[in-house]
Amino acid sequence: MSGEIIDLAVIGAGPAGMAAATVAADLGLDVTVFDENPAPGGQIYRGIEAVATKRASDLAMLGPAYEAGKTIVSAFRASKAKHQPNTSVWLVQKDRQLGIASGGRASMVQARRILIASGAQERPVPIPGWTLPGVMLAGATQGLLKSAGMVPSGPVVLAGNGPLLYQLGAQLAAAGAKVTALLETEARYGAALQHLPGAIASGGYLAKGLGLISAIRKAGVPIRRNVTGLKAIGKDHVEAVEFAANGRAWRLDCEVLCLHQGVVSNAQLTLAIPAKHEWNEAQRCWRPVTDAWGNTDLEGIAVAGDCGGIGGAEAAAHAGRIAACEAARALGKIDAPQRDTRASGDRSAWERHLRIRPFLDALYPPSRAIAVPADDVTLCRCEEVTAGEVRAAVRQGGTGPNQVKSFTRTGMGPCQGRMCALTVSEVIADQLGKSMAEVGTYRVRFPIKPLTVGELASLE
Amino acid sequence: MSTAGTVHDFDVVIIGGGLHGCSAAYHLAQAKLKPVVLEKHVVARHASSASAGGVRRLGRDPAEIPLAVASIEMWHSMRDMLGDDGEFRATGQVRVAENAAELQKCEERAARVRALGYDHEVVIDRKELRRLVPQVAEHCVGGLHTARDGYAFPFKATTAFRLKAEELGAVVKEGTKVEAIERSGERWVVRTNHGQFRAPVLVNAAGAWGAEIARMVGDDPVEEPVALMMMVSGRMPHFLDPTVGCMGRKLSFKQMRAGTVVIGGGHVGTVDRETELTELDFRKLALSARTVSAVFPIMKDATLVRCWAGVEGFTPDDIPYIGPSKAAPNVFHSFGFCGHGFQLGPVVGSITAQLVTQGKTNLPIEPFRIDRFAGKDARVPAH
Ligand SMILES: Cc1cc2nc3c(=O)[nH]c(=O)nc-3n(C[C@H](O)[C@H](O)[C@H](O)COP(=O)(O)OP(=O)(O)OC[C@H]3O[C@@H](n4cnc5c(N)ncnc54)[C@H](O)[C@@H]3O)c2cc1C
Ligand SMILES: Cc1cc2nc3c(=O)[nH]c(=O)nc-3n(C[C@H](O)[C@H](O)[C@H](O)COP(=O)(O)OP(=O)(O)OC[C@H]3O[C@@H](n4cnc5c(N)ncnc54)[C@H](O)[C@@H]3O)c2cc1C
Repeated sequence: MSGEIIDLAVIGAGPAGMAAATVAADLGLDVTVFDENPAPGGQIYRGIEAVATKRASDLAMLGPAYEAGKTIVSAFRASKAKHQPNTSVWLVQKDRQLGIASGGRASMVQARRILIASGAQERPVPIPGWTLPGVMLAGATQGLLKSAGMVPSGPVVLAGNGPLLYQLGAQLAAAGAKVTALLETEARYGAALQHLPGAIASGGYLAKGLGLISAIRKAGVPIRRNVTGLKAIGKDHVEAVEFAANGRAWRLDCEVLCLHQGVVSNAQLTLAIPAKHEWNEAQRCWRPVTDAWGNTDLEGIAVAGDCGGIGGAEAAAHAGRIAACEAARALGKIDAPQRDTRASGDRSAWERHLRIRPFLDALYPPSRAIAVPADDVTLCRCEEVTAGEVRAAVRQGGTGPNQVKSFTRTGMGPCQGRMCALTVSEVIADQLGKSMAEVGTYRVRFPIKPLTVGELASLE
Repeated sequence: MSTAGTVHDFDVVIIGGGLHGCSAAYHLAQAKLKPVVLEKHVVARHASSASAGGVRRLGRDPAEIPLAVASIEMWHSMRDMLGDDGEFRATGQVRVAENAAELQKCEERAARVRALGYDHEVVIDRKELRRLVPQVAEHCVGGLHTARDGYAFPFKATTAFRLKAEELGAVVKEGTKVEAIERSGERWVVRTNHGQFRAPVLVNAAGAWGAEIARMVGDDPVEEPVALMMMVSGRMPHFLDPTVGCMGRKLSFKQMRAGTVVIGGGHVGTVDRETELTELDFRKLALSARTVSAVFPIMKDATLVRCWAGVEGFTPDDIPYIGPSKAAPNVFHSFGFCGHGFQLGPVVGSITAQLVTQGKTNLPIEPFRIDRFAGKDARVPAH
């Protein structure tokens, strides 16, 4: 370790991390943002600087929500905050040391405070055949579109639910992809209705959603609703998708099948430390327990943005600024009343953006049949474990995910359980008739990012 | 649910559902007794699932050799005994000498083992080392080899004992924490969060918490919980059969059939006594990574996909407590295995069953007596 102690280490250069770093630096903190990507932007604004300068014509295709990232990235660049790209954070200790790796070397950094802004990840969509090449999560397809302008050449089918699926549909259509259909698994308008006033008050979101849907329709992409029994078909590559809708069976040929069922908090870091977590029933995912400023139960370690609960990019930026004000207070740069004043605009905006969530969470619940799949469906892709094997382990006496892991090796592969944790716990909970809160999740262990023996050996 | 008042009667109460508790349960049930295993978490929650699973006679303390030699035969007949081999594979164990001085130590060690009447530790030269371990680094000059040793899957081996014991009538109670032990007439009354368990005989197989249980019956052994750390790599093409250690550095290294490489060797993290959760110390794991890079250059670019630590009980002289209580009647201890009790699991369970049913055993257990540090200022050395 260099011996130098930084005031605030921010993990993640998405909207939450960038906004937090910009404000914290402005308030006089020595800030460094660590991010595994080559450029700032996070998930939503991935590659925004390069697109804006080298592929400006793609901005229209990627849409105004993407272009909005220009402002936040340039403010971050103009601030005194330091940015360490291509750097993964593989360890966070309670004593606020971070283990980082870049350029084939690992090292430790001591921080006075840590802000975890590691964002969201897609919920797994374990349908039959989802491990076939050509079946992708929507986010991966979108990532290629943003970072490399890559558009699938053959026919594409989108299936699942959630705003991002429509966002991707509009983007793909604008990019000239052959989108054969959008298959919506579940949309509970009835259940969502009671949350409509909040959705309206949150501003803009409903209009944006309707805009996406009409763009998809205008591009001639049929939208099928209440789709069930999704199945990816193919030998070495996906060839078609089968499903049921309108009381009959369907089959559509495709070269790419994009699946999506919403995003969930990326809580690997906070789970591994471990900070205290709770099960969020509405979003059906785990989130760290925090106070109004994003502080976890661990001294000096806070979260902001989607890793603390899904709120979207704009909410993430406000949460980042709020957390930055708290960091400045905790480190003595401002006092509590100054913090409250400085954060008040962001707090009301943050609360307003969050008002769309109950509506969206009620409208697009993850499908039960997908969350708790049939016996022959693979849950853990790394170790190729099926739902049936997990159920067999439960019958042999496995009472929770950690035991089932010992029985079946689920979650022991390279993704360290990130991909299968939710599904494995859902299957166990379903079989034992228990709640997710009772069943719990894997004990997550560092390193949470792959580290080579050589990298670890370089750690002093 | 309040079951605090319920009383359950058994022949033997076994405290601790690790490998040792489950092995004792199997051997006792085999002897037609009805034991109950009380486990505060779930079976194999601690050392017995975190373990590296090395089935090793190689390099044992002289006091442990007779037990380890008897135990290896049980490992080789595990499938006949339990209907399940716990995935035991007899791929051998090798301890590498990295220089001439270490090779000299190998010679001395093999001579000492022979003098005790055993011939399982064999010195190997540079050429034989390369035949057994083709990817070992160029500078390594030879080592020690035990051909019939190997490794097993700790969780599966423990579960195999548990399931067979249950089949024979043993009862396993998970989520059942022993809180107090009392004597009532000729019987022990064990109080837990789920009622009382009564039996004439008590077996203490509480692992790193064995001393706590021992104190409940009046013994006062010295034991400390220690968190041993492990790492595992992603899958690699097959390059290694035997389990490998080093003469001069901390290392335990093996490639599983799936291709993953499991790395341990005794570097320790920390354990929170209250929550029983462990924390890793990556600076020490970095030492381990340097050892691995030095001895197996092929590993330099291997990705570490998981690290963990497991809690094990350690004693001042690095050997366990096995045998009767000195303070109370009909209590038998089997705990504090100092990071090498996996191999001993099968035999120590049978020793305990012999002690219970016959009051004696044919294996020499005197060195493991519970009161060997009484009146001495003995401490567990720092790890
Ligand atoms: C796949 C996907 C696609 C999405 N697409 C859209 C969309 O099109 N439109 C939309 O409105 N919303 C989209 N969202 C939601 C949107 O990304 C979030 O609402 C928003 O980005 C949240 O911002 P954030 O700052 O919390 O996290 P993010 O923007 O996700 O930023 C987190 C950053 O942290 C980095 N990081 C995480 N862990 C580590 C680590 N250990 N070491 C180093 N770096 C790390 C990540 O690589 C990332 O750059 C998407 C989400 C996902 C998961
Ligand atoms: C990382 C690691 C690597 C290892 N590698 C090897 C190896 O390669 N080869 C080898 O031979 N050995 C190895 N060992 C050692 C070996 O695994 C242990 O010696 C063995 O598993 C000990 O078994 P046990 O039953 O004594 O303890 P445990 O498995 O720890 O079982 C004790 C049980 O008692 C329970 N308990 C404690 N107190 C109470 C109470 N009050 N009420 C109810 N239940 C209670 C605990 O919850 C625990 O489950 C290793 C150990 C570790 C941790």
